[in-house]
Amino acid sequence: MDWETVIGIEVHCQLKVPSKLFCECATSFGADANTNVCPVCLGLPGSLPVLSERALRLAIRAGLSLGCEIAARTKWDRKNYFYPDLPKGYQISQYDMPLSFGGAIEVPLEDGGAKTVRITRLHLEEDTGKLFHVEAEDAGSRESLVDLNRAGTPLIEIVTEPDIRSPGEAWSYLTELRRILRYIDVSDCNMEEGSLRAEPNVSIRPKGSKEFGTKTEIKNLNSFKSVRDALVHEVDRQRKTIEGGGNVRQETLLWDVARGVTAPMRSKEAAHDYRYFPEPDVPPVTVPRVLVDETRRSVPELPGPRRARFEKDYGLPAYDADVLCSDRATADWFEAVVKAHPSDPKAASNWVMGEVLREVKERKIEISSFPVSPASLARLLALAEAGTVSVSAAKEAWKEMVASGADAETAIERKGLAQVSDEAAIDGLVAKVVASNEKIAAEIRGGKVAALKSLVGLVMRESKGRANPQMVNAALRRSLGLPPE
Amino acid sequence: MSRPKDLCLLPAHATARLVREGTVKARDVVDSTLERIAAVDSKVGAYLKVDADGARAAADAVDRKRASGKPLGPLAGAAVAVKDNMCTRGLETTAASRILEGWVPPYDCTVVRRIREADGIVVGKTNLDEFAMGSSTENSAFKKTRNPWDLSRVPGGSSGGSAAAVAAGECSVALGSDTGGSIRQPAALTGTVGLKPTYGRVSRFGLIAFGSSLDQIGPIARDVEDAALLLRTVAGHDPADGTSVERDVPDYVAALKQGAKGLRLGIPKEYFPPDLNAEVASAVKGAIARLVEAGATAVEVDLPTSPYSIACYYIVATSEASSNLARYDGVKYGARSAEAKDLYSMYALTRRDGFGPEVRRRIMLGTYALSAGYYDAYYKKGLEVRSLLRREFDAAFEKCDAILSPTSPFPAFKIGEKVDDPLSMYLSDIFTVAVNLAGLPGVSVPCGLSMERLPIGLQVLAPPFGEETMLRVARAHEKLAGTAPEAPGI
Repeated sequence: MDWETVIGIEVHCQLKVPSKLFCECATSFGADANTNVCPVCLGLPGSLPVLSERALRLAIRAGLSLGCEIAARTKWDRKNYFYPDLPKGYQISQYDMPLSFGGAIEVPLEDGGAKTVRITRLHLEEDTGKLFHVEAEDAGSRESLVDLNRAGTPLIEIVTEPDIRSPGEAWSYLTELRRILRYIDVSDCNMEEGSLRAEPNVSIRPKGSKEFGTKTEIKNLNSFKSVRDALVHEVDRQRKTIEGGGNVRQETLLWDVARGVTAPMRSKEAAHDYRYFPEPDVPPVTVPRVLVDETRRSVPELPGPRRARFEKDYGLPAYDADVLCSDRATADWFEAVVKAHPSDPKAASNWVMGEVLREVKERKIEISSFPVSPASLARLLALAEAGTVSVSAAKEAWKEMVASGADAETAIERKGLAQVSDEAAIDGLVAKVVASNEKIAAEIRGGKVAALKSLVGLVMRESKGRANPQMVNAALRRSLGLPPE
Repeated sequence: MSRPKDLCLLPAHATARLVREGTVKARDVVDSTLERIAAVDSKVGAYLKVDADGARAAADAVDRKRASGKPLGPLAGAAVAVKDNMCTRGLETTAASRILEGWVPPYDCTVVRRIREADGIVVGKTNLDEFAMGSSTENSAFKKTRNPWDLSRVPGGSSGGSAAAVAAGECSVALGSDTGGSIRQPAALTGTVGLKPTYGRVSRFGLIAFGSSLDQIGPIARDVEDAALLLRTVAGHDPADGTSVERDVPDYVAALKQGAKGLRLGIPKEYFPPDLNAEVASAVKGAIARLVEAGATAVEVDLPTSPYSIACYYIVATSEASSNLARYDGVKYGARSAEAKDLYSMYALTRRDGFGPEVRRRIMLGTYALSAGYYDAYYKKGLEVRSLLRREFDAAFEKCDAILSPTSPFPAFKIGEKVDDPLSMYLSDIFTVAVNLAGLPGVSVPCGLSMERLPIGLQVLAPPFGEETMLRVARAHEKLAGTAPEAPGI
């Protein structure tokens, strides 16, 4: 039987804000355990949460960027359960009146196609702390340590409709989602630091069926690759279970990355009745329309529309547009080059995708701290286009610019790369090459004009690439008695 | 200069005036108060902890401040007792629960900070029903508090320690907290003035939460002026409490001068049921009659949902409590069971041993009410009843400026009398809980004595942020009826 895979994904994403959701503690990653804490995020008796307006604004920005509506009125609820990383015994989350809902994003797929994934809701909640399980001092037993630095960090939870149809699409969705959230500067989306966590749910059904199958949820995924691998494995497991006459149980599974299998979570940990009720300490928020409009205006152009514009306005191939728009800084960098040198966007694209991104990758730096400015590259491109330097000399000059931070003219000067357009000098080079290649010269004079190219190459080599190729061509023709082109 | 003997018995406004004038020293007030505590608290049991050293040091600081020519605050030198569910920096705060025994907060409750800023002196932490859950202070894990009017009787609760301390002269004024009547009912039972402000009027930051949408901190005092003075000191917006309201604080003390002439007093028949204690009914009706004679008018108002308020209250308050008390889990602070073998037994045993029976009962009630499948039938219904109550009060206040009723359906009862009958204990708050559910302000003022010479309380209610009107009525009544005499039990 042919099966169809149905996947929905829940993503938790830390907001890029300096302070926590309900107190002023810092959110920085990597501080000593239990140093970024105060009575509020420790849940000390008598402490009260006060909603951070900054986090709320950022969550609204995220919602708008995913095509969501922003609720006119939103509230917070308590999600009650006991766990040592949850200092209050409840998480302040949003249950039935999420901040944002009803969105969709256009996801480019690996095969070059695209698909729309609908966003059910996006809400704003607080993160928990972290547990560390270690060997206790008395040998043989284990103990758990609690670090509450992360407790209270603002999270957005983004839930999709069950629109995703394969593990590959899941990977593409996450890639595009991360790209958008980074574009709008809402989150670092770093899975290793835990600033982005993805929990997919998956079921299969006979192709053509309208009913959903029983779904399982997968946790403990620490990379996009894990998400894809776990889904591939789980889809296969479900298919084998059903084809073997069994039933898929609705449960939460943990991905074991080392063994490459999913295994059920202990039922005690999975069986929660969260007893949601409205959080009495945080008054409901009426979101002012002006704030929504203001935020909407401040959202930069998103990767999807930007890719389309690059293709249309700059005449770039889809591949170039995709690479250049993979993050906002690269796209901005490219556009800064084009702005200063508008005549040949494709040349700029080649240069950025090739020379610039290679260097960025090798140096493991951000493009924003690249040693050469976009304006400098634009100048170099202009000089090459004007013939002041040849293309190969331009690449030599670039090396100097990257190494020393020099501007294009200085680098060309310093390396003696300026194109030689002096007629006498070129005539001298031509005479020398013709003299030492009499055989080829004779053939050309005898009518084998195509061989002229090889002499041009030899003159260029003699000039170390600096001679003006058009002038070399003309001088050779003159010297060999050919008519000008 | 010789020290007047009974400084501790003066009202705070009088004490502060003497201290500001330099007639007495803040240190004299504190010493007098500490002597009084030493003399009577073994009988009354109002305090869980007396901070004698801290109080003396604070008093000396106030005296030095005056000596250096700086102006003193409105509570200058007044001895203030603080219910032990409000955090005091460096001073153990337990909410009368074993589970918090030994816990020392690293910060002050906002109201405590404001008292210190007004040059008031915190003398100690008073007893309460564990986590403010109760109406007699018998649910304290640590001690019994006795009513200064009759030591065989309860002082009411849950702010029974604060009310008893005020009634026994063991402080000038005190802070209580009121979730369903916990300031007003003990005030009624001890012949003191107890005021529960509008929800949001006073910051809850640093108040150990019971029912977060109901809790308010308020004053307990020996006269209405002191209640107004202490309210004015602690009220006002606090950025650390998202539910505190940004609204100017009126001069409640100045408002007292206006009298009750011309005010329309609403009398809800639901608060005078046929089976109401006859002495309570006649005392309250007498007070209304005297106010009418003095120029107010009485109008009948309807509050038909009021009889459901106890049921509603015990759903809303216990639901919130079940969540608020989840943090006492043995992980971070307070008690942890030594028998725990793993995570789940740590939770279960710590909470079984750390909480008293009434707290455990309410956690279970609230957990049940919020459980899957029951939310709509209980908590959600509770919220609907709350809006209904609020609408009824709004409608009633269209017809009147203040509403008058008994505070407690009966005077102080015997210690042990109701401990085995939680439902009967819960009915102590039958006239007070609706106010919390609707978020309104209410005050209880002494209203004569029963045949057994036990105080009776008159409750005055006002629309949200109508504390001035409410205090005017309370003050007018006090002028006609007088403050309660000194408690005779000690």
